[in-house]
Amino acid sequence: MNTPLPPSRGELLILNKKTMSILIYAESEEGKLKKIAFEVASYARALAGQTGDTVTAVAINAENTAELGKYGVDKVLKVSDEKLSAFNARAYADVIKQAADQEGSKVVLISSSANDKYLAPVLAVNLGAGYASNVVALPESTDPFRVKRTAFTNKAFSITEISTDIKLLGLSKNSFGLKESEAAAAEEAFSPSLNDDDFSIKTESVDKTTGKVTIADAEIVVSGGRGLKGPENWGMIEELADVLGAATACSKPVSDMGWRPHSEHVGQTGKPVASNLYVAVGISGAIQHLAGINASKVKVVINSDPEAPFFKAADYGVVGDAFEVVPALIEKLKEFKAQNS
Amino acid sequence: MKILVCISHVPDTTSKINFADGDTKFDTNGVQFVINPNDEFGLTRAMWFKEKQGATVSVVNVGGPETEPTLRKALAIGADEAIRVNTEATDGFFVAKQLARVIEEGAYDLIIAGRESIDYNGGMVPGMLAALTGANFVNTCIGLEVEGNEATAIREIDGGKETVKCALPLIIGGQKGLVEESDLRIPNMRGIMMARKKQLTVLEPAEVAGRTAAVKFEKPAPKGEVKLVSPDNLDELVQLLHNEAKVI
Ligand SMILES: Cc1cc2nc3c(=O)[nH]c(=O)nc-3n(C[C@H](O)[C@H](O)[C@H](O)COP(=O)(O)OP(=O)(O)OC[C@H]3O[C@@H](n4cnc5c(N)ncnc54)[C@H](O)[C@@H]3O)c2cc1C
Repeated sequence: MNTPLPPSRGELLILNKKTMSILIYAESEEGKLKKIAFEVASYARALAGQTGDTVTAVAINAENTAELGKYGVDKVLKVSDEKLSAFNARAYADVIKQAADQEGSKVVLISSSANDKYLAPVLAVNLGAGYASNVVALPESTDPFRVKRTAFTNKAFSITEISTDIKLLGLSKNSFGLKESEAAAAEEAFSPSLNDDDFSIKTESVDKTTGKVTIADAEIVVSGGRGLKGPENWGMIEELADVLGAATACSKPVSDMGWRPHSEHVGQTGKPVASNLYVAVGISGAIQHLAGINASKVKVVINSDPEAPFFKAADYGVVGDAFEVVPALIEKLKEFKAQNS
Repeated sequence: MKILVCISHVPDTTSKINFADGDTKFDTNGVQFVINPNDEFGLTRAMWFKEKQGATVSVVNVGGPETEPTLRKALAIGADEAIRVNTEATDGFFVAKQLARVIEEGAYDLIIAGRESIDYNGGMVPGMLAALTGANFVNTCIGLEVEGNEATAIREIDGGKETVKCALPLIIGGQKGLVEESDLRIPNMRGIMMARKKQLTVLEPAEVAGRTAAVKFEKPAPKGEVKLVSPDNLDELVQLLHNEAKVI
């Protein structure tokens, strides 16, 4: 047996290092944590494994917080406050900042949802943190702190170095996945002090389609382009989306012509899509369209023109008339579902 | 009302993205630069405020002399004056600090930026500006009206939109919806001639330490060949999606 050598100065420093906590903001909607919160938790757990830290989550008006334990969260700071029932970027950023202060967190993690992207820069300034958005992998190194993120609207990646003591990372949806690990999350009530300034923006009304999957949350997105000829032909797109449990989307000209609402426009100047499956029907695959949807894992294209650029970007393709292929595919999917349920 | 529109100078959306100097720098060779699309929607909305409500419109960019044609284009579209902070825009926080100084000196009521620039996609400048100056902030803004000291803004949210009200000064992160695509303006000859005579002020930067730096770039791995499925054999597509891709 080897006698252990006395620790050198450097090792002593490491031994004395206080365990710190990585803080995640666990986003919820109407009291329920969103799937992305579990993905952010999974990422934090893996990072904590590298750095020897623990993982704390802060959740606002969420009920099912115990589930965070399944994805490696050690402690949940639960905020319950009527005033925070509607999302408010400044107030939410203030809550997360106070949680990070209390925990002494050096790494703070959020998602890339519309609300998280809204509050992130405010939080970064308040924390004095460097902020990297659209992060797609664990840090390449933690000293210096270097992390990979998408840039040029998915046409490239950049390795970004954050030089501040506190780091704020926004994780791209579906880039890390869910990883279960066993931990029981201890729960603690957390009451941040909020001030009137936090609520200087007043929400007048919220207009949200209920009961429909959104492009942001969808695992599958079915998207239609100019090849569908007119808005009257969207019935089959909606039906295809229905059988797949998908959200519907469209190319830019389709929304510009008013065939579909702007909220469905995806691409470089529209919404980004990072779903597991993206089905493009009658979309040529222009560079600006592809840039916005490229983060999707699997892409299927249905187009009558075998030369359409989308075939170079897709995993699976059907060369054919959408008006024949889509109804036939709906039937096949229904049969498949009947067999597999 | 004094409006400041923040203009990012970005590669045209059709640009091929390449890197130089051992993948540490964006290769601008043969690249055409344009007004960031999200900013152009905002600039066009600013022109509406100018024409309908008598607002004055300044545009600002943090960048080197090479960005001046982009600022001149904004002047040709109708902005009254331009400001360039003469430094390389290396990091979102650094840019926000430079812009915060311009805003404080100019006492603007409304600051219109884009939700993100299409090159680095940081999506942080408008929000950081708000935190630095204390102004109100609405991101992913798709509709904006101002009456007196009060703004009504529509924000796109996941799955819908919300309407909010707040006092000026206000900073927005704008995008399409602020105006329609068909409202965008192509500068005419008269606009281009007038733009040459408009004031373009060059300011020297404040000393600020950046907080992040892009140290290296990578291109995505080349994509494999597409698997074609015959329209007469869609069962195969269903099976591939189920067994191979495992997405259904
Ligand atoms: C600054 C800028 C930003 C842009 N941003 C975006 C963006 O964010 N998102 C976006 O989508 N676009 C964007 N565009 C527009 C983009 O360049 C393309 O014009 C657009 O994506 C084309 O839309 P599309 O594929 O629906 O139409 P088209 O290019 O007209 O393609 C229609 C396709 O349908 C196929 N087709 C026709 N009939 C059938 C049939 N019966 N069955 C099957 N297929 C059929 C055709 O073969 C064709 O490939 C942008 C452009 C610019 C300049």
